Amino acid sequence: MYKLDSKIPDGPLAEKWTRYKATCKLVSPANKKKLDIIVVGAGAAGAAAAASMAELGYNVKVFVYQDSSRRAHSIASQGGINATKNYKNDGDSDYRLFYDMIKGGDFRAREANVYRLAEISNNVIDQFVAQGVPFAREYSGYLSNRSFGGVQVSRTFYAQGQTGQQCTLAAYQALMRQIKAGKAEMYPRRFVLDLIVIDGKARGIIARNLVTGEIERHAAHAVVLATGGFGTVYYLSTLAINSNGSAAMAAYRKGAFMANPSMAQIHPTSIPVLNDYQAKLTLMSESLRNDGRVWVPKNKGDKRKPNDIPEEERDYYLERRYPAFGNLVPRDVASRAAKERCDAGYGVGSTGLSVYLDFRDAIKAQGKQAIAAKYGNLFDLYTKITGMDPYTEPMRIYPASHYTMGGLWVDYHLMTTIPGLYAIGEANFSDHGANRLGASSLLQCAGDGYFILPVTIGDYLSSEIKTPKIPVDDPAFDKAEKEAADKLKKLLSVNGSQTVTSFHKRLGHIMWQYSGMVRNEEGLNKALKEVKELRDEFWNDVKVPGKIDEYNHELEKAFRVADFFDLAELIITDALQRKESCGAHFREEYQTEEGEPMRNDEEYMYVAAWEYTGDHSPPKLHKEPLSFENVKVTKRSYK
Amino acid sequence: MKITLDIWRQKSPNDKGKFVRYELEGVSREMTFLEMLDYLNDKLIKEGKDPVAFDSDCREGICGTCGLFINGRPNGPVKGITTCQLNMSVFKDGDTITVEPFRAKAFPVIKDLIIDRSSFDQLIQSGGFISVNTGAAPEANSIPIKKEIAERAFDAGICIGCGSCVAACKNASAMLFVSAKISQLALLPQGQVEAKERVRTMVREMDRLGFGNCTNTGACEAECPKEISLWNIAKMNREYYKATLG
Ligand SMILES: Cc1cc2nc3c(=O)[nH]c(=O)nc-3n(C[C@H](O)[C@H](O)[C@H](O)COP(=O)(O)OP(=O)(O)OC[C@H]3O[C@@H](n4cnc5c(N)ncnc54)[C@H](O)[C@@H]3O)c2cc1C
Ligand code: FES
Repeated sequence: MYKLDSKIPDGPLAEKWTRYKATCKLVSPANKKKLDIIVVGAGAAGAAAAASMAELGYNVKVFVYQDSSRRAHSIASQGGINATKNYKNDGDSDYRLFYDMIKGGDFRAREANVYRLAEISNNVIDQFVAQGVPFAREYSGYLSNRSFGGVQVSRTFYAQGQTGQQCTLAAYQALMRQIKAGKAEMYPRRFVLDLIVIDGKARGIIARNLVTGEIERHAAHAVVLATGGFGTVYYLSTLAINSNGSAAMAAYRKGAFMANPSMAQIHPTSIPVLNDYQAKLTLMSESLRNDGRVWVPKNKGDKRKPNDIPEEERDYYLERRYPAFGNLVPRDVASRAAKERCDAGYGVGSTGLSVYLDFRDAIKAQGKQAIAAKYGNLFDLYTKITGMDPYTEPMRIYPASHYTMGGLWVDYHLMTTIPGLYAIGEANFSDHGANRLGASSLLQCAGDGYFILPVTIGDYLSSEIKTPKIPVDDPAFDKAEKEAADKLKKLLSVNGSQTVTSFHKRLGHIMWQYSGMVRNEEGLNKALKEVKELRDEFWNDVKVPGKIDEYNHELEKAFRVADFFDLAELIITDALQRKESCGAHFREEYQTEEGEPMRNDEEYMYVAAWEYTGDHSPPKLHKEPLSFENVKVTKRSYK
Repeated sequence: MKITLDIWRQKSPNDKGKFVRYELEGVSREMTFLEMLDYLNDKLIKEGKDPVAFDSDCREGICGTCGLFINGRPNGPVKGITTCQLNMSVFKDGDTITVEPFRAKAFPVIKDLIIDRSSFDQLIQSGGFISVNTGAAPEANSIPIKKEIAERAFDAGICIGCGSCVAACKNASAMLFVSAKISQLALLPQGQVEAKERVRTMVREMDRLGFGNCTNTGACEAECPKEISLWNIAKMNREYYKATLG
């Protein structure tokens, strides 16, 4: 049986990364020139990695589905990025960020990876500033910070509500510079359909040129997946609508284990669903909870306008339930609390499926201008979508699918279970456990891309320096190309009566209903059955117009939705297996009388890594036990 | 609502292309413009017809993918928004709406409403960066930057690369796009070292790629979904004179 080896270096926690760097194998500059690396995806993670590896001298080929890598979903990330600079002198340190993330992740993340991230967080900020990211500053000219949920220090760097945009563009520009220098090559409008494995090693990809429909082969000595999250499995989400799980699923089918796929973050503050046609939900950054207060009326079904409801008739339920953290409790806690109030009949808006996020008191205390300076563009965004003005009446918000903590299993080197295949950024599982804290994803993406992968990949490639260019006429390419083409042709040939989107919506509905913020065994089993039935219906009745060898957006969507079915099944299987409540995974059977989650450390203190065993056989569970030597495992409480 | 749509249909880059009329019933005021196009495509697919090809991704006005020319204006009649942020509530029952791709020599049409904007990437490649390798950065607070300077750089840096400025300009000039990057980087001490070289190479590249000259009419600023200021063009011109005269 395959044994998971997380390859965590020896030594005290704070010295592991330094020791690793001092002892890992290196590739000489002359040899780097002979080595090719494929990077799939160029958001914050992929662009940072591709640029940094090209700077080192490797030949890098980058694949993205958008027309430009500047449009990767990272561009939409809003609120900020964490680092342990301790500019505020409020007691921050690497250890504290590490501790906050471990606790925030409900003791389901790997200690060594998380500590390393905290350790390099300051380098990430230095790098971005040097690249020209215009982070917010104080009047003194020094960098400014704000707080995010789940922590009691102020360590988040930000550029209004467009931090992700600024960081992503910085990484994008670094990559553009390498393209100009001839060290990196960009393949835009390519959708990666499959991964090539030769003699057990990742050696290339099969991609579809989205403009011509042509199926292409690309080979390399190593492959990096930086394909982002698959929260779009819920259909409506805060992600870009074309975000997908296809590359990750291709890797999974080729032998990469998928870890904790059910750990999906439902973000508490999204603009609620407004109508049936909606294709996408818009996030209102968590940073708003710094100044906004969350409440619902104390009386059920109170139909008065929010401003007409007097103070004593408002239930600031987060402040009431969690006095220590108040409105800044972590996301999973805030989401469930909103759902609890709405399910109990206290929700507001026409559907009763939303709660208020109110800035009245903050505006009173700090003035409108100060609030506008912090959140101006988020308020504008809200007004554009809803037609309502958050300066004068509270926002209405509700939870939405947002982030996947789970993803491809990787070891300390960020390598998957397929040698030579790496996963970075949101596509891997490693740092956020069962719940991610705000402003820590951009950090992880940039940390993986700039500072970790460029080092660890050398350790692997040092043994590849004698491997000549990988030929694209290897039988593995023939086979994968044929399979990919067959799958596309099959999708076209069904010629049924229902659109791809209608299937995606129904799938999303099942997932949201039974495998969302709250889960239970009965519901999950039902979901499993319904997903299987829906998949059968899809393969018998989907209608995909057009041809294979042309621009065909419906075919592209159909391919993704086909993968979403398999991914959904895996998510549900994982959720069923984990008979405890931890972080974002809340199983109704395992809760206290007050409705707080009940973890089961004795039996579930592990990472669940799933191995593909065939389309018609259940995935096989491997467990990576987690041990906590540097923190005391406690009940996670924000009371 | 019932809407009449005149949509540009073009099979491929070399196809001549033409407007095709669609009568669309059952449009809701609550739809966004792109949801209305989704709805149209749904119908076309069910009728066995070729859906209209258009691009979008974030659907919240930040990725810059979706820009369309609607009723003769980039992103339609509302100021300061991208196409994906346009709501159908601004239209009335019975309206006719013309929908075209952004037109510019440097943005060839791929299919229907989808254009190739890789020229924007090439512009950035020609100098829209600070040449700092990973690992070479000094401590972030070692260079204080005046708050207002950082804010100005941010205001220039929020460009989403959608191409509305090019589409709005009768000369299809990329001045606003290029100047936003040049002034963002020239404002910051980190970017000043390469400022002269940057402005020279980026301006040269802009000409090479077939973007037109600036008309100084300000159509770009008026139509920019992020309301990026013409001030950047003035700043870039100053930088250019410094670089070529100095
Ligand atoms: C609205 C919103 C706000 C957020 N705000 C914050 C925040 O304030 N702070 C924070 O830390 N995090 C935030 N996050 C989370 C964070 O933005 C993401 O986790 C992060 O950007 C993911 O980056 P990535 O590089 O891993 O992937 P992405 O940026 O998602 O990039 C994925 C890349 O993969 C490519 N790709 C995907 N599939 C394929 C395929 N099959 N073939 C070819 N290419 C493919 C895409 O083209 C793209 O280039 C936010 C997320 C959202 C949705
Ligand atoms: S789809 Fe991203 S800006 Fe419109």
